[in-house]
Amino acid sequence: MLTAIKQTKQILAQGGVLAAAVAGFLAFGAAPQTALAQSLLNVSYDPTRELYEDINKAFVNYWVGQGNAAPEIQASHGGSGAQARAVIEGLDAQVVTLALAADIDKIAAKGKLPEDWQNKLPHNASPYTSTIVFLVRHGNPKGIQDWGDLVQDGVEVITPNPKTSGGARWNYLAAWAWAEKNGQDPQAFVKALYEHVPVLDKGARDATTTFTQREIGDVLLAWENEAYLAQNELGADAYDIVVPSISVLAEPPVSVVDANIHDDAQRKLAEAYLNFLYTPDAQAIIFKNFYRGWDTSKADPTDVARFPALELVDIAHFGGWSKVQKEHFADGGVFDLIYTAK
Amino acid sequence: MGQPFAHKSPIPGLGLSAGITLSMLSMMVLLPIAALLVQGFSAGVPAFVAAVNTPRTWAALFLSFRLSLVAALFNLMFGVVLAWVLVRYRFPFRKVLNAAVDLPFALPTAVAGIALTALYAPNGAFGQIAKDWGFKIAYTQWGVLIALIFVGLPFVTRTVQPVIEEIAREVEEASATLGATRAYTLRRVIWPMLAPAALTGFALSLARAVGEYGSVIFIAGNIPLKTEIAPLLIVIKLEEYNEAGAAAIGIAMLVMSFGMLFVINAAQVLSRKRMSNV
Repeated sequence: MLTAIKQTKQILAQGGVLAAAVAGFLAFGAAPQTALAQSLLNVSYDPTRELYEDINKAFVNYWVGQGNAAPEIQASHGGSGAQARAVIEGLDAQVVTLALAADIDKIAAKGKLPEDWQNKLPHNASPYTSTIVFLVRHGNPKGIQDWGDLVQDGVEVITPNPKTSGGARWNYLAAWAWAEKNGQDPQAFVKALYEHVPVLDKGARDATTTFTQREIGDVLLAWENEAYLAQNELGADAYDIVVPSISVLAEPPVSVVDANIHDDAQRKLAEAYLNFLYTPDAQAIIFKNFYRGWDTSKADPTDVARFPALELVDIAHFGGWSKVQKEHFADGGVFDLIYTAK
Repeated sequence: MGQPFAHKSPIPGLGLSAGITLSMLSMMVLLPIAALLVQGFSAGVPAFVAAVNTPRTWAALFLSFRLSLVAALFNLMFGVVLAWVLVRYRFPFRKVLNAAVDLPFALPTAVAGIALTALYAPNGAFGQIAKDWGFKIAYTQWGVLIALIFVGLPFVTRTVQPVIEEIAREVEEASATLGATRAYTLRRVIWPMLAPAALTGFALSLARAVGEYGSVIFIAGNIPLKTEIAPLLIVIKLEEYNEAGAAAIGIAMLVMSFGMLFVINAAQVLSRKRMSNV
């Protein structure tokens, strides 16, 4: 009975595509299982597709170079919260690389990994960081320079729904931090900001699509890497990146999921995979994929130089994720009041 | 009739087939619904009421059911006309068109949603025309309506088609020779024969639209109180790890759907009765 609920929920959550995939999977039988020790499933969030495609290739080379058999590394991407829930409900992920520490905390709360997971790897278990920037239409026709410009008359802002998107929570917090710093009432400011949002997409990638493909809105609040990626793929003459005066230091963390490690060989592989993210080679790939890494020793200097310095506030500034989650994004929290309080 | 289980059918196997039916129905339908009820009331009745009785939930439920009803009504009218044309007339590409009716069934709903959004967004082929006339389709309730019409389209056509095939032309001719006008024939001769099947199609189309999620989220805009559908609210509750709240809204939708299907079934019974008097 419980599995029935879980499956229904999962299908509902992931929409028709997954349902179709599940149906296809059932119809054609389970995929052949490779030897467990040689395979690893990395459950990640939405905008890391390109990053982990590169990382996985590099890691396989590295791992084979260490005298091991070639492992099969698989990656799954989706909204950070939905991915965390999938792992909680039994998705056999050996490694999670999610957008928010809060999502991994949720997995830890179910006993699938130790509570102190964030101390196991350097930099709060975040091999890379990112921030939120503005992507505007070429030439910046609305003259948007900073958060305050977003609430001008006639400006339309595209940002996903903080209820369903980890990145959107960072967008919201960055706006909050700017208002605090500039002596405005933060709650009034974010309310005004969301009144300029015509579409609340489900995830960061959907919002990028709405802004670029559907040409809705004047400014997209985006992950820095998404903004560069959009510019890269759609042409630098289509969009400009505007860096606001203040933004957030997002630390997307990683962890091994102990409950899903099937033997010692797999544990070795999973730990090596996460440690690999901190090596100069992997950090170079991280910079190349528009994430802010820590180790620039092997990175292409132009990849490093394109990140402008700006004032960054981290989650500790807001009191940590559990407090933020409860105050702002939980049922009846500040975000809900934006739409229901008159 | 009389006592159904005592009745001996000339075809054997009632025990076996009834067993299969009951266990399949229990596994596939009754158990999940029971699980939903357990989950929804797991936090107690006050928590259930608190989850459902908010302006935002009511707005989403009202939006979902209102637009589903409009979409199903549209599909009822358009679906009957479509079925009529496909059965009664012969024209080039009729078979292609006939096959195309099933496409909304076959297409993954997310694909349908993205395709419809691309067409109806202000920079899309149809969206541009609408924009020139000064109104928006995608990211408004109109967009939601179009997606719901799309996913429910085949139901009425497919239920009505075989009935129309059965109607002999002579019936209409007889009606005409007896002096009935065309409108009268349609209203008093044709429609009563079609009504039960059409209502079934209408109910199916309605049920499909109420639960539709995959295609709608792409085109809806998803703004709370304006274009947020009830299934999205369920997903949002799940993202908050609020499973009881999600199930509570699910139960509210189930009850409302049941009520609507009940009314439609009653209407069907009524129309069948009228049929037998004709």
